[in-house]
Amino acid sequence: MSFPLLTVTAAVPAVGAILTAAVPAARRTAAKWLALLVSLATLVLAAVVFVRFEPGGERYQLTESHSWIKDFGVRYELGVDGIGVALIALTALLIPFIVLAGWHDADQEASSKRWRPTQGFFALILMVEAMVILSFEATDVFLFYVLFEAMLIPMYFLIGGFGDRAHAGSDENAAAQRSYAAVKFLLYNLVGGLIMLAAVIGLYVVAGNFSLTEIAEARANGTLDMATNTERLLFLGFFFAFAVKAPLWPLHTWLPNAMGEATAPVAVLITAVVDKVGTFAMLRFCLGLFPEASQWATPAIIVLALISIVYGALVAVGQRDIKRLVAYASISHFGFIILGIFAMTSQGQSGATLYMVNHGISTAALMLVAGFLISRRGSRLIADYGGVQKVAPVLAGTFLIGGLATLSLPGLAPFVSEFLVLVGTYARYPVAGVIATTGIVLAALYTLVLYQRTMTGPVKEEVRSLPDLRARELAVAVPLIAVLIFLGVFPKPLTDVVNPAVRHTMSDVQQTDPQPAIQTVEAAK
Amino acid sequence: MSSMAVHSLWTTAAEPLDKIPAPHIEYTQLSPVLIVIGAAILGVLVEAFVPRKARYHSQLFLSVVALVAAFAAIVALAAGGYGSTKAQIAAMGAIAVDGPALFLQGTILLASVVAIFTFAERRLDPADHGHKVDSFAAEAAAVPGSDQEKAAVKAGFTTTEVFPLALFAIAGMLVFPAANDLLTLFVALEVFSLPLYLLCAVARRKRLMSQEAAVKYFLLGAFSSAFLLFGIALLYGYAGSVSYATIASVVDGTVGSVNPALADTMGNDALLLIGFAMILTGLLFKVGAVPFHMWTPDVYQGAPTPVTGFMAAATKVAAFGALLRLLYVVLPGLTWDWRPVMWGVAIVTMLGGAIVAITQTDIKRLLAYSSIAHAGFLLAGVIAATPSGISSVLFYLGAYSFVTIGAFAVVTLVRDAGGEATHLSKWAGLGRRSPLVAAVFAVFLLAFAGIPLTSGFSGKFAVFKAAADGGAGALVVVGVISSAIAAFFYIRVIVLMFFSEPKADGPTVAVPSALTTLTITAGVVVTLVLGFAPQYFLDLANQASVFVR
Repeated sequence: MSFPLLTVTAAVPAVGAILTAAVPAARRTAAKWLALLVSLATLVLAAVVFVRFEPGGERYQLTESHSWIKDFGVRYELGVDGIGVALIALTALLIPFIVLAGWHDADQEASSKRWRPTQGFFALILMVEAMVILSFEATDVFLFYVLFEAMLIPMYFLIGGFGDRAHAGSDENAAAQRSYAAVKFLLYNLVGGLIMLAAVIGLYVVAGNFSLTEIAEARANGTLDMATNTERLLFLGFFFAFAVKAPLWPLHTWLPNAMGEATAPVAVLITAVVDKVGTFAMLRFCLGLFPEASQWATPAIIVLALISIVYGALVAVGQRDIKRLVAYASISHFGFIILGIFAMTSQGQSGATLYMVNHGISTAALMLVAGFLISRRGSRLIADYGGVQKVAPVLAGTFLIGGLATLSLPGLAPFVSEFLVLVGTYARYPVAGVIATTGIVLAALYTLVLYQRTMTGPVKEEVRSLPDLRARELAVAVPLIAVLIFLGVFPKPLTDVVNPAVRHTMSDVQQTDPQPAIQTVEAAK
Repeated sequence: MSSMAVHSLWTTAAEPLDKIPAPHIEYTQLSPVLIVIGAAILGVLVEAFVPRKARYHSQLFLSVVALVAAFAAIVALAAGGYGSTKAQIAAMGAIAVDGPALFLQGTILLASVVAIFTFAERRLDPADHGHKVDSFAAEAAAVPGSDQEKAAVKAGFTTTEVFPLALFAIAGMLVFPAANDLLTLFVALEVFSLPLYLLCAVARRKRLMSQEAAVKYFLLGAFSSAFLLFGIALLYGYAGSVSYATIASVVDGTVGSVNPALADTMGNDALLLIGFAMILTGLLFKVGAVPFHMWTPDVYQGAPTPVTGFMAAATKVAAFGALLRLLYVVLPGLTWDWRPVMWGVAIVTMLGGAIVAITQTDIKRLLAYSSIAHAGFLLAGVIAATPSGISSVLFYLGAYSFVTIGAFAVVTLVRDAGGEATHLSKWAGLGRRSPLVAAVFAVFLLAFAGIPLTSGFSGKFAVFKAAADGGAGALVVVGVISSAIAAFFYIRVIVLMFFSEPKADGPTVAVPSALTTLTITAGVVVTLVLGFAPQYFLDLANQASVFVR
């Protein structure tokens, strides 16, 4: 038996979480270092996965398969394709920065000897990492479902238990809003998950097992025939859950609350890491299991994605709160990802996968730096800032680069993916491509206006004494920006891994790219 | 006409008497029940003859030994093949010894052992007049607040009768799912119900509430027993027999002999349907299904919490066992008649329990409504009418009973000056004061909510899968919706415990003795094991899913 690399990659943060939680109350700093080391070890393992993965090889690699609950037809089945590899890399890359950025977020005064908030905070982050990585690896629908649901619990405690201390109202008010946000997050996702549960059971009744590969194979060679209506209902059950998680308009309303009330690193964890499970699952499970229903639903989903893009961007323009602004910007970006997936072209889907990675990194850069800013001034309101670039030029500079990445400036990573999504969409749905482009224009508006209002102009009195980025904060911001620039000019390592996987997905849905209308010179000959 | 001839009009010559056949009792197969009944009787003798000081320890010892021995007997029987190949009807057709019976009896016994530990807990309340106190009144017969009660407390009296009472109830519960004729069913029902009525009435604190709960439970329980009994009479009229097998064959139309006395009524479908509906009413009352659930919140709230936990777990197991046997053994020929009715009951039970629970402010009432919702989920599995329906219900019952006993055991720990602090507002910030207790309770709540990796999820998945397989897909959708509603109030409690600031005059968490600790630990371990690796237990339930007829 070969070395279970995928299991180990997920098990390291899981075990690390338990160890971190067990650190004695007085050893707060030790817990932080332990969490950081564990997250770095996971990053190394993810890098090994990335290197060991052969883009030209089998569709699912590094596979593992063990019996788990025979009675439910459930197996512990793991395997990664290029899309999974890319997202595991993203997750493992971001967690060390999230840990580092949240270094002091849980330094609450212990109200009792046994209450260990710091240990809990980092343990929960690692637990989320473990579950997210495993969900990118699962090729068993049931196993995926279990993780999809179970990761809500640590997320819920992260949002509800460790709120942003920079809050306008009183402490009590802040606590109430925080628990409101946490409950809203959990209920939205739980309802989505439970509807998916009905579909998971339905899938079992129809297919008799949960193995993604087996079901897809049986569907391809015609041994498993689903009635059209059954397939559509099952598709809707799965898609609903993923659309809540992603989030897609009109199921998005939990995200601004959750991101606004959570600390900046947790907000990054939500939008850059956990939400990616939703879009990833659309590619892997919706398209993989229900190709015909996916095509049936495509027009409606494209309309919803376009609404997400434009609506998210418009609402972001009107925000007064920095974190909620980033949240609405993310909704707009998730619209792009979903648009790319359902454009059913290889550029669109490659672009969507790259978009998941790039959006993760760029949002992390923007949000974490914004978090540093907010923790200095103690306010999330844009109006409370002004002229920061004169006082803290490095902070302002990194914030600007994060912002420019968000608006997809050429040369930074998100440009590549956004361009691919638009090209891929335009090839099949020209009108949708045109409408989506307005999202870019609006992105420029909300990002630059945010920068202008907070960083430029006369220096406000309360801002005058703000210190610039410290060493720990630079250690967060600089590497993220470096990755953004690297992937902006040289996305090849990522596209090499992703493209073959996308070809497989395209063949799942039996789609080929539409031929360009204007033929090239060679073709004409 | 001769006098002889006249006489023969109203008399006939007696046949020479056969020897009265001695009933044939299979002592080995019935040993689990006999052990528990024997221990209960011994317990009564202990009350009568053992000095007051030694009673608590001897009763606890006797109960635990008896329950463990009975469980060992079950394991031995199951290992001997009585659950599968050697399944048989024992005691002249009165009791079935088969897979479901042994599985349910084992579940009841295990749940009872851990429940008895909470009965025996004496560390939670501070000692009164130098005597350790448990959850039960010093002298149940004394009027609350009277001088007599004060004297009893001062003298350090304890109601150790609860142990034999519980044993009698357990014995009845063991027979209930195994009963193979309607009269045994009724007798078993009374044997476990009467001690439970008493147990509900003997709380140490809030005695009036406890007595009120007991009266309510008794009145409504007696009412439902009457329904059951009337139903039995009607079914007898229909089939000419109270034996499950005979009734089943009359329903199928395969019976030969007709009892001449009942020639007019036998085979009359009106009798069958009305009688069956009445029996169903009696059983649905015991499982706490809507619309026969009204007693549940009041009784759960008023009864001493250890009793509530015991009742919520073990009664449900026993009653669902009896319901399964009745529907699957007696009335398979009527599936098309009972399924629509049970569909309706399952739907209103799931939704009703979940919706009403949202408005509750008392933790015990909340758990009561949650138990109603869970009865609805179980009914969804019952309705499947397939072998996987049986096994999923068996598995769910096992999983659910440990979560329930564990959760109620945690409730006994959270206390203030007035005893248990059951009002939800008092639980605010518990997670900051006692992270461990709150975390354990959160595990139980997540299991109730059916979050993956807990036993609640495995069980729910099993019954929903069985229901979907059995063609009740719509029921699964309703179940999923009510799970979502139910999740809301479980999560509300978690929010309260972890995200609210503790109140200054909040309750304290009592440090329990090893007994309650053991109960709670068992609950957590079972919850997680059945969540992560349920396969072994699902296999067990599968093997046990064939009724003998």
